[in-house]
Amino acid sequence: MENQFFVDSEYLSPKALEKKHRLETDPSYRKNHMEYLPGMERINSDVCKNVILQMQSFDYSKYTAKDVKAALEHETCSVEDFKALLSPAAEPFLEEMAQRARLETSRHFGNTVYLFTPLYIANYCENYCVYCGFNCYNHINRMKLSMEQIEHEMKVIADSGMEEILILTGESRAESDVEYIGEACKLAGKYFRMVGLEIYPVNTDEYKYLHECGADYVTVFQETYDADKYEKLHLLGHKRVWPYRFDAQERALMGGMRGVAFSALLGLSDFRKDALASAMHVYYLQRKYPHAEMSLSCPRLRPIINNDKLNPMDVHEKQLCQILCAYRIFLPFVGITVSSRESAEFRNGIVKIAATKISAGVSTGIGDHESKYTGKESDGAQGDEQFEIDDNRSLNKMYKDISDEGLQPVLNDYLYV
Amino acid sequence: MNNDKLIIGGHEFNSRFILGSGKYSLNLIEAAIKDAGAEIITLAVRRANTKQQESILDFIPKGVTLLPNTSGARNSREAVRIARLARELGCGNFVKIEIMRDSKYLLPDNQETIKATEILANEGFVVMPYMYPDLNTARDLVNAGAATVMPLASPIGSNKGLATKEFIQILIDEIDLPIIVDAGIGRPSQACEAMEMGAAAVMANTALATAGNLPLMASAFRQAIEAGRKAYLSGLGRVLTRGASASDPLTGFLRD
Repeated sequence: MENQFFVDSEYLSPKALEKKHRLETDPSYRKNHMEYLPGMERINSDVCKNVILQMQSFDYSKYTAKDVKAALEHETCSVEDFKALLSPAAEPFLEEMAQRARLETSRHFGNTVYLFTPLYIANYCENYCVYCGFNCYNHINRMKLSMEQIEHEMKVIADSGMEEILILTGESRAESDVEYIGEACKLAGKYFRMVGLEIYPVNTDEYKYLHECGADYVTVFQETYDADKYEKLHLLGHKRVWPYRFDAQERALMGGMRGVAFSALLGLSDFRKDALASAMHVYYLQRKYPHAEMSLSCPRLRPIINNDKLNPMDVHEKQLCQILCAYRIFLPFVGITVSSRESAEFRNGIVKIAATKISAGVSTGIGDHESKYTGKESDGAQGDEQFEIDDNRSLNKMYKDISDEGLQPVLNDYLYV
Repeated sequence: MNNDKLIIGGHEFNSRFILGSGKYSLNLIEAAIKDAGAEIITLAVRRANTKQQESILDFIPKGVTLLPNTSGARNSREAVRIARLARELGCGNFVKIEIMRDSKYLLPDNQETIKATEILANEGFVVMPYMYPDLNTARDLVNAGAATVMPLASPIGSNKGLATKEFIQILIDEIDLPIIVDAGIGRPSQACEAMEMGAAAVMANTALATAGNLPLMASAFRQAIEAGRKAYLSGLGRVLTRGASASDPLTGFLRD
């Protein structure tokens, strides 16, 4: 399946093309994805081992309707119950699962829905992840915003009323170093109440520095918990090191971050196993760091520029809904974020069942908020988008739509202390 | 009954129902307060920390006492900072201390709560600490200057009722401050039972927020709390005493 993603850009030099093809076709040419690179911190943790054991032993074909019914009847959802809810046997019980999920969501979050927006400040990337629009072999407009440009973008977003921001970069330490990101966090503190980060994984002391700069939440997508599959999709760069990425959330918590977010990119590998592993990652880290706030996302693959071979329909909406309901029933206290990859209809429906946080006013491009928010032609260059979004509602529209659904939109529920 | 006031830190209240505000639509707050007859409403300082045009503070009618809580605090230092911010935001002198080191059950950290209570009481706050019902902690909170003690009935948001009943009863019996039962009360009947036991007040949020008709449930809680209070004041009959009551006294044979 991994081969379907390969696309050659006409702009690549023969030498670059040769290297690209060799990476794609010759596994021995690729670095060992389980081996740390120099400078990557190793921590002492058994969370990874536990998650992998759970994932490997998960045979979802063995669960039956009886197991699913029992899981739905239990007051607290055990790991076994959760596995049953993720299994194909649970698909006919989707409505019952949704009812139970809604109850759990309302107990823990009431009818509140939190709103945020992402801000991409750079799209340089040193990795070759075959499904990603930012990958280093993809010919797109690259850009890194200056501090003045970042501040301008932040002003435009803050003027729309948004109070929570998620700062993202492509994964390039060379182009977007930790200090650059730290300075962006400090600026964000002037305009927003809450600052989150979705950047390349860093060491504990770097997370500590970023926390001191004002960031308090760290999102890292593991993409897939199946390390063998991961190896075939992330062919080059520091992101190729699977275990370093796995421990990123734990290092972030050790560095003093209040909360961490997790996800697999559903559709890259066996989505049931990846959903199980994502939730077990949360489960084990929560036991080790009980004070930490945890949240889960559930992105599916989306089309990217220059590659129409990606098919986001491998995981259908029904299955996505099943996963989200299972997450909610198993981990009633965690935040669940649903991305603008999904349609407005899906997001409107899922916030009534399980999701607690959605983005609005989204652009996955670089430096284009003013033109997108106000329609004003931008004088400056713009960087291309990471992926296509589906739900492009503005903050005001989203606020109104959520209120019309009988829910309470919340722009901030956070204090930096 | 008319003279039966709830007194917290020298302030008098007629209502013994403290309302939460965090889990339902802002435009229902006013109706909830009215139908609950509530005079005190809690709100999270972190939620009030907004530039949002629709700030939660704007939806709370004047004359209602604000009880800002320190949710989000993981230790006494953070709770103290949040309490001070509440005062700066114009939320008054009342503060409900909530310190959690557990994101799953949101159980309060009693030790840190005692520390924060002492600091904030010394700064002139009317301190209402949320706590796990433990007698030693409650005594320490009294000594630290708390205005009330707020034991949990069961985990917050669980609607499971008086899971800690026996221990709350001990606090009611042994602590001279008002005992306000907080968290986990899911039904009016449970609120009524807490009041029959001698609790000074009941706080609820999720039970209302998850009801089909919030204002109607607010009114049901109000009546249940009033009924429980009346029952407590009237002195419950023998129904709750242990064993049967013999019609002929067992000690009737004693002659001098």
